[in-house]
Amino acid sequence: MRAHASKLSLANIWVALTTFLLAALMGLYQVAERSGLFPQIEVIELYYRSVSSHGVIMGFVLTTFFIMGFGYWIIHTTLKTEIWGGKKLGWFGFSLAFGGTVADAIMLLSGEASVMYTFYPPLKANPVFYFGAAFLVVGSWVWCLQMVMSMHVWKKANPGAAVPLAMYAMTANAILWFITSLGVTSEVLFQLIPWSLGWIDTIDVGLARTLFSWTLHAIVYFWLIPAYIAFYTLLPKAAGGKLFSDEISRISILMLLVFSVPIGMHHLYVDPFQDAGWKFVHMIGTFMVAIPTLITGFTAIASMEVAGRLRGGKGLFGWIKALNWSNPMVLSGGLSLLMLTIGGWGGMINASYSLNVAVHNTQWITGHFHLIFAGTSVIMYFSAAYYMWPSLTGRPLYSTKMALIQLWLWFIGMVVLTLPWHVLGLLGQPRRIGVPPYADDVTAPWAPYEFLMLVGGVILFISAVLLIINLLFSHFKAKAETMPVMEYAESMHPVMNIPKLLNGFGFWTAVIVVYMIASYGYPILQFFLMETNGTFPWSI
Amino acid sequence: MHIDGTEKKWVILSFAMAFAMMGILAAYAINKNIHPPSNVETIDSTTLHLSEEFNEDNIGIKREADGSLRVTMVAARYGFFPHNLKIPVDTPIKFRLASADVLHGVHTAFTNMNTMVVPGYISEVNTTFPKVGKFPMFCNEYCGLGHDYMWSQLNVVSKEDFEKSMKEGDK
Repeated sequence: MRAHASKLSLANIWVALTTFLLAALMGLYQVAERSGLFPQIEVIELYYRSVSSHGVIMGFVLTTFFIMGFGYWIIHTTLKTEIWGGKKLGWFGFSLAFGGTVADAIMLLSGEASVMYTFYPPLKANPVFYFGAAFLVVGSWVWCLQMVMSMHVWKKANPGAAVPLAMYAMTANAILWFITSLGVTSEVLFQLIPWSLGWIDTIDVGLARTLFSWTLHAIVYFWLIPAYIAFYTLLPKAAGGKLFSDEISRISILMLLVFSVPIGMHHLYVDPFQDAGWKFVHMIGTFMVAIPTLITGFTAIASMEVAGRLRGGKGLFGWIKALNWSNPMVLSGGLSLLMLTIGGWGGMINASYSLNVAVHNTQWITGHFHLIFAGTSVIMYFSAAYYMWPSLTGRPLYSTKMALIQLWLWFIGMVVLTLPWHVLGLLGQPRRIGVPPYADDVTAPWAPYEFLMLVGGVILFISAVLLIINLLFSHFKAKAETMPVMEYAESMHPVMNIPKLLNGFGFWTAVIVVYMIASYGYPILQFFLMETNGTFPWSI
Repeated sequence: MHIDGTEKKWVILSFAMAFAMMGILAAYAINKNIHPPSNVETIDSTTLHLSEEFNEDNIGIKREADGSLRVTMVAARYGFFPHNLKIPVDTPIKFRLASADVLHGVHTAFTNMNTMVVPGYISEVNTTFPKVGKFPMFCNEYCGLGHDYMWSQLNVVSKEDFEKSMKEGDK
């Protein structure tokens, strides 16, 4: 049982890590290209190939595979049962997702799919690229089913008992991912594939963008929830304390689940084909989803304070000093929360119904999501990997010191990269440009910030290499004599009577369906009610 | 169920902050009529040159019968047409944009003009430019390998200069 779960987890996580290193290298190339300091590498075709690959890998591949691996290990270590579906089902899902990834990698690297991770019809990629994306998503649905069913079977066997928080939150994430991936999957299956194969002549770009927006925001929470799981269940343990509140953590997770899906239209604020009223409705939902994040911030910091005081920290801030900052999980928790604070503030501006026009599609946006995703979320993936590694591999981590340096470099690199990007955005710089031939007086003020971007990119790449070296070298160490176990934080107040609503998802899934129909029903239906003009395929 | 007192206060404060921000945005939307560009209106992008509004003779800046100004523009790989545009400062202007091919975006730096230009749909932006000067107008959505080259300049001039140039244009 253990061997199967750890092999399946490790296979998923290694796909995530290997592709991550490749995408980090592309990131380095992109900042070097854009800095304008190396004219010999300025090849625009290569640049967009790289940007598309970097986005697909970081957004779809690193995340999906890491989260699947993390999820399988959570089933094994919290429920202590066999993963539902037995040995074969997990590997079947993995093969589908991995096959799709390989097909996409070939298309992207050979320049057949330089259409960005957002697909952007009517630019047309090789149909294989769309099939690959569909396989990746369908493979991850197998994982979703396994998460949901494993929890269901455990609940049957343990009537009345609270599902362990990590498992509960990861299952919420599986449900969230399934619902949110239906948008992009519909776009791929009903629009992009038939259109790219020539079965239909034209594509309605308005409908395609609306369907993509269904996926585009909640996917961010699919990426973020694993970081929150680390905040709730790993960070307090590593810090030597307890989780401040189990129930409030569940409520936050449920709020994220309900509020994060039907708000994607804030990505379409300046798209012409949706009425302002719908955008306003989605704006309200967007601010609602800020609430569970604010609560999570409180829970995480309160849990750290509990640990700091247990370690003898006194006074208003003394507990911060008392924390064990040489523990990778504690360090990454602090750094992640800092980045969440800055990034969340920028997010308020993006979400703003009236202020969004000042930043839409500028470099500001790239700065924002690198802080929230690559900063806040991914730094917790790193420390979760360090935390899981001994129990997953049976070997101690190669070097804790290297892990600490790696996390600091990631934080510093991310700040040096993204803060200048925010400034560039305010100066009007569009995102996804190479070295544009704009007038000199337009680009001259950009230069110092672009130089900082290059510095940040180099630091981040070094950090990425250190991560891989550390995890890889751990495998050469001798196995521990006793298998280390993965430990989770206990709650300050043990959960005695868990309300049914905080221990299951049936009711909440029904709420999401109703909310989705209310907020996306007409905006999608309108394309079938009005007379629209489709668009023929265009090459890049 | 156990919820700590301080935590309860923070939850209430979180709700209050979110509702305050929604309230501010709603107040601006209602009182100042600030809305993102959203005029659900379709057009056949493959035959723009045959359409009344977006054919070559009709694009550019025009004064409407009621005296207001309207700019009609086409976004196509890789430029905005007409390429050079002179517009008056402090004057409400209605921009109407259509794409002749793929997805584009148009953002005039340091101003509120920012919209996607989506094939099959007409984008409409109503805005006013409060400062005189030349403002870069970028395509801000990846539209193909020449995306970098897609930009032009918006020349915001004084009302007098603008009237002069409109008269010269009439001759």
